Amino acid sequence: MSMTSELMDSRELLYNLTMREVRGKYKRSVLGQTWSLINPIATLAIYTAVFGIVLRALPPAGDPSGVNVFAVWLACALLPWNFFNNTVVGGMGSLLGNGNLIQKVYFPRWTLVVASMLASLVTFGFELLVLLVACVLFGSMPWIWIPGILLTVVFLGLFGLGIAMMLSVANVYFRDTAQFIGIFLQIWFYATPILYPITLISARANTHPDIPLMFLYRLNPMERFSVLFRNFFYDNRMPELSDIAFCVGAAAVSMALGIWVFTKFQARIAEEL
Amino acid sequence: MSEAAVVVDGVSKRFRLYRERNQSLKAALMRGKRASFDEFWALKDVSFEIPVGSTFGLIGENGSGKSTMLKCIAQILQPDTGSVRTRGRLAALLELGSGFHPELSGRENVFLNGSILGLSRKELARRFDDIVDFAGIEEFIDQPVKNYSSGMYVRLGFAIAINVDPEILLVDEVLAVGDAAFQEKCMDKFADFRRQGKTVVIVSHAMGSMRSMCDQAVWLEHGTMIGSGKANEVVDGYVDKSHASRAEAEPELITIAEAGHQGTAEARITAVELLTDAGRRQTRFRTGEGLTIRLHYACTESIERPAFGFALENSDGVYVWAHNTIDAGYHPGPISGSGTVDLVVPALPLQPGSFELTASIVNDTGTHIYDFVRDCVRFHVDFGTPRESGGIVTFGGRWANLRNTTADTTRTAPTLEEGLSVTAGRDDA
Repeated sequence: MSMTSELMDSRELLYNLTMREVRGKYKRSVLGQTWSLINPIATLAIYTAVFGIVLRALPPAGDPSGVNVFAVWLACALLPWNFFNNTVVGGMGSLLGNGNLIQKVYFPRWTLVVASMLASLVTFGFELLVLLVACVLFGSMPWIWIPGILLTVVFLGLFGLGIAMMLSVANVYFRDTAQFIGIFLQIWFYATPILYPITLISARANTHPDIPLMFLYRLNPMERFSVLFRNFFYDNRMPELSDIAFCVGAAAVSMALGIWVFTKFQARIAEEL
Repeated sequence: MSEAAVVVDGVSKRFRLYRERNQSLKAALMRGKRASFDEFWALKDVSFEIPVGSTFGLIGENGSGKSTMLKCIAQILQPDTGSVRTRGRLAALLELGSGFHPELSGRENVFLNGSILGLSRKELARRFDDIVDFAGIEEFIDQPVKNYSSGMYVRLGFAIAINVDPEILLVDEVLAVGDAAFQEKCMDKFADFRRQGKTVVIVSHAMGSMRSMCDQAVWLEHGTMIGSGKANEVVDGYVDKSHASRAEAEPELITIAEAGHQGTAEARITAVELLTDAGRRQTRFRTGEGLTIRLHYACTESIERPAFGFALENSDGVYVWAHNTIDAGYHPGPISGSGTVDLVVPALPLQPGSFELTASIVNDTGTHIYDFVRDCVRFHVDFGTPRESGGIVTFGGRWANLRNTTADTTRTAPTLEEGLSVTAGRDDA
């Protein structure tokens, strides 16, 4: 596959397309890029109020860090989910949104999907910096886990990118993919223990031993990614090897499928748009 | 003419015409298949080669597959069978300024668009001044492009594309951008391109410029190649054919609408028609053909000494010609009721183009206007004989008598054909 050489040739194109997304997004709003921080903070505040204070779905304290702040615990999984969500939704619409360009100029089409992911990554990077500061303020010591965090970000990005590549093509052929996926992502979000601790699920699993609830729950790659981020940021410990392997495997499968679907169907994108 | 810049080999391209376009998943699931569609072959087994350094034209009617062909060469579309091989960097001027982000500045868009077209940051930085200079928008380069006028937008797009410095340039009907000065700049740039031995592929309906600009051409009809070779021969064949097919139906006599009249209306122009020598009503003529302009009038009272007149403008609004019965010394008798009067033109001395005829009925001193109708009939002129290089009128002039006064009196004068091809700017070298 010539994708790697194309990747090298397209570095600057990728950079420019990414910066187009990043710069264009908040142009002409007074607060500009700050919005990309205000939005997740607002969401965090809302979820903390509802789930941390009203419903009291409180997680156990960080082990061994001893940190016990719901908002930080929530952010450790919510911010990665947002990144994943933005990658999938943004990437899915990237071909359709740039239809005019695709029909007029030849350039590697996948760069649009990748640039959309990279633009989300830029936002995510800022969010993670803020999260890092917050973690430190509340007594967590994530410093030595930073390489692990970065690697996890890469694999999460690849996992999302693979899905985005499949869906971007699907969305060209079936326009209501986007609607369908919107609902599906909501279900997925609540099926992942982001807002509530997985201990709530394991408690239910014990009362219904005939359903392999925990097994099913742990098939969800986003659950594993959440565990990894929380291990690093909140608990300050090395994640289970099985969780790491699951994440790497999920990213690999997703990318393999994504590239396969994309190369198979990209030839007719220009005329189907 | 040794190697080919573009080799098109047995290319066919099929499009799907959906009877019911179900782009919804539900519909697809319920039918068990995606959609029912008819196949439509936009290109059928087209093969040709474009030599390095030539200017190559693709001609044909709308829907003949020219643009599809161009998009296949540009790799935007992939042919279903056959292959397209290109040698060297390729830039396509299909739609200028596509991919501009409206909120970003001109400067940012130059770098964005340039990298989409395959230029590196370094190359772009080097050419940046040329691009801005060519587009002529120095003062606005840091403004968001959404504030640009459409002309500025297109000029910037053109400037970027042309400064990609391609070895092969694909052009689709974009020569008609900008004002006259910018067009001239574009034509200079094309000429530069050709001098530098680069390959240009053009799709256009402007047959006059195709004929003079291109070395070779391919003629497509319904996706099939029906002619290829020297540009002037192919273009002539195409023009003849389309003239013949369009002239088939005799147009109806159009009566002039109530709102079109000016004047006191004792006599009114009810219609004006153009007739061939054979008496057939037509709106397309060739240079050099005979025609009769017939004015139909109707009077509410008898007019003792009427005078009739015609005037002609071309589609740019240039006043080309006028003639009336007073200046001709023709004194029609009194008119009443309805009738017609003819102006007979033995040979039409007009270059190809579109023209609008204005007609009037006045009194014999020209001081009283009974009726005056602007643009009462529109007609087109196609290539005929004499075929001259450009402008509005033909002189039927002949090049002759080259006298090289210093020496060598044995040289003969160039023939008419040679003279014309030189003035048309064609490089036979």
